Amino acid sequence: MNAEQDAGLALDAVVRRGGFQLTIAFQVAPGEVLGVLGPNGAGKSTLLRALAGLTPISAGRITLDGHLLDDVASGTFVEAAGRPVGLVFQNYRLFPHLSVLDNVAFAARAAGHDRARSRRAARQWIDRLDLRRLSDRRPAQLSGGESQRVALARALAREPALLLLDEPLSALDARTRLDVQAELRRHLSEYPGPCVLVTHDPLEALVLADRLVVIEDGAVVQQGTPAEVTRRPATEYVAKLVGLNLYAGHTEGYEVVLADGGTFVMAEYVSASDVLVAVRPSAVVVSTQRPSGTSVRNTWPGVVSGLTMLAERVRLDIAGQPSVVADVTAAAVADLKLAAGAQVWMSVKATDLEVYQHTADGTVTSPADG
Amino acid sequence: MTRKLAPTRLTAGERARRATIGGGARGAPAALLAPALVAVVFLLLPLLGLLVRAPWGRLGSILSEPDVLQALELSLWTATAATAVALMVGVPLAWLLARASFPGLRLLRALVTLPLVLPPVVGGVALLLAFGREGIVGKYLDQWFGLTIPFSPLAVVMAETFVAMPFLIITVEGALRTADQGFEEAAATLGASRMTVFRRVTLPMVGPSLAAGAVLCWARALGEFGATITFAGSFPGRTETMPIAIYYALETDPDAAVALSLVLLLVSVAVLVALRDRWLRSSVAT
Repeated sequence: MNAEQDAGLALDAVVRRGGFQLTIAFQVAPGEVLGVLGPNGAGKSTLLRALAGLTPISAGRITLDGHLLDDVASGTFVEAAGRPVGLVFQNYRLFPHLSVLDNVAFAARAAGHDRARSRRAARQWIDRLDLRRLSDRRPAQLSGGESQRVALARALAREPALLLLDEPLSALDARTRLDVQAELRRHLSEYPGPCVLVTHDPLEALVLADRLVVIEDGAVVQQGTPAEVTRRPATEYVAKLVGLNLYAGHTEGYEVVLADGGTFVMAEYVSASDVLVAVRPSAVVVSTQRPSGTSVRNTWPGVVSGLTMLAERVRLDIAGQPSVVADVTAAAVADLKLAAGAQVWMSVKATDLEVYQHTADGTVTSPADG
Repeated sequence: MTRKLAPTRLTAGERARRATIGGGARGAPAALLAPALVAVVFLLLPLLGLLVRAPWGRLGSILSEPDVLQALELSLWTATAATAVALMVGVPLAWLLARASFPGLRLLRALVTLPLVLPPVVGGVALLLAFGREGIVGKYLDQWFGLTIPFSPLAVVMAETFVAMPFLIITVEGALRTADQGFEEAAATLGASRMTVFRRVTLPMVGPSLAAGAVLCWARALGEFGATITFAGSFPGRTETMPIAIYYALETDPDAAVALSLVLLLVSVAVLVALRDRWLRSSVAT
């Protein structure tokens, strides 16, 4: 793939925000939703601002459907107002002095159409996003979910060639988030152009995006489908986001010697030397005595250092070689009297280990392929 | 363990007040209360005097005299014209001061707000030196176009604009400075040109401040005296505005002066009422 490829968005750039710098490159095909996942303050919003033309990039270039939007080398820059880009801001930024209808009609008005014609065009989007009931209201009278829908309608009404979403669900409370999520997913699937969504919420990214780019410390650390990223996180940060134990190590025969101490026995021989091992917290069996007469290949002792109540389970932090996060039921905690400081044994079946390699470009591969 | 407490009576009303508003005892210490009362009396007594000495019986006949009506009419239209001029050129300047960045911006901001603190009579002299018949610009206006500004109604409007426009500028500039520019960015991403953003987003969003600034500017223009009498003189029917008419009436017909003063007092009260949301409520808001 090269940057001059016609359809879709191509970005290869350095974006700066204060003292922070993000080096990032990706392509997004028409109809594809790319999720950019990263911690707060990683420059995600600045990335969207760069795509929208609100902040110029510091190096590199951005092209959309073959047209240069920003190119530092040649000095080319298309101003925000001239870019066919729709941006849904994190806090929506609906114009408080305009009704819902006139907010949605804003792009048409800005394009020079008269009020009647602009409103006619806007009504189409009002209907499509099921906003007719709200069309005379002011933004102050809308709920979070409704505001989000209006913001989306306003951005889509411009018929943008690129759609950008900044933390689309973060301003919503947990209850409305689920409804809006499903709805947003449907609207995104109907949108024909490329779409970039930035978020720090892994769930938001997993549900809404077709492909993920994970950024950390100003660089891309992993990219792939949501399924790949959740199953095989490339860094500690990603593993934490998706709730997995992650260990780096090197193979010695059927064993992986972990960099921070401890070894795991693998189910099958792996040719690669440097590997990552992911373990689901629910795959870790915790017992108060050393398991004997078991088929489990990996058992090791540890000390409970913390307990956190999750929805239906208790998450244990256990210090050992290696340290691990394990999910057990509340009943098990009560039966085994698992308080902080308790001596326990952990066991993980070799087949529950996910062993893979992480390459420099942020993709992960099976050791067998590599 | 016996400890002496000092119980007081709390009325039901006071109980309710403290429960809803919070806070403790309301009484002010005498050391603050006494000077505060002096201030109140000092501010209100003259106004009271105006009301007491007003020739209530002759009010109607005084205010319907032709030269009084003339002064009133002149004052109203010149103040309105001055406000219109201030809106047309002052609002763009306020935008520039709030949003643009160029060398000398801070100096410019200080200079354009100078008339706020400048004695108006100095403003009048300055206007005379600029636009007077021998002034640096006025000379050429006179030579080339035969246009003489001083001592004309146009001079009244100019004097009032000079003194009153800064009120509009600083009010609007402050509002622009604190306005959330996120909305302007949103408008830009929707394809709005910079002018469209200004017209459809920026201006409506600072609307209340714009109105407040305009009212303030108008009130200041209506009461303008020093710059006007210096630059425009006091020709009845041409440049004699209400404040100037009051000043002269005080020598010839004190009753008329008081009656005219009442009219201006009424206007001032009306301005306060119009701005109550902005000035009065904001000062007691939480």
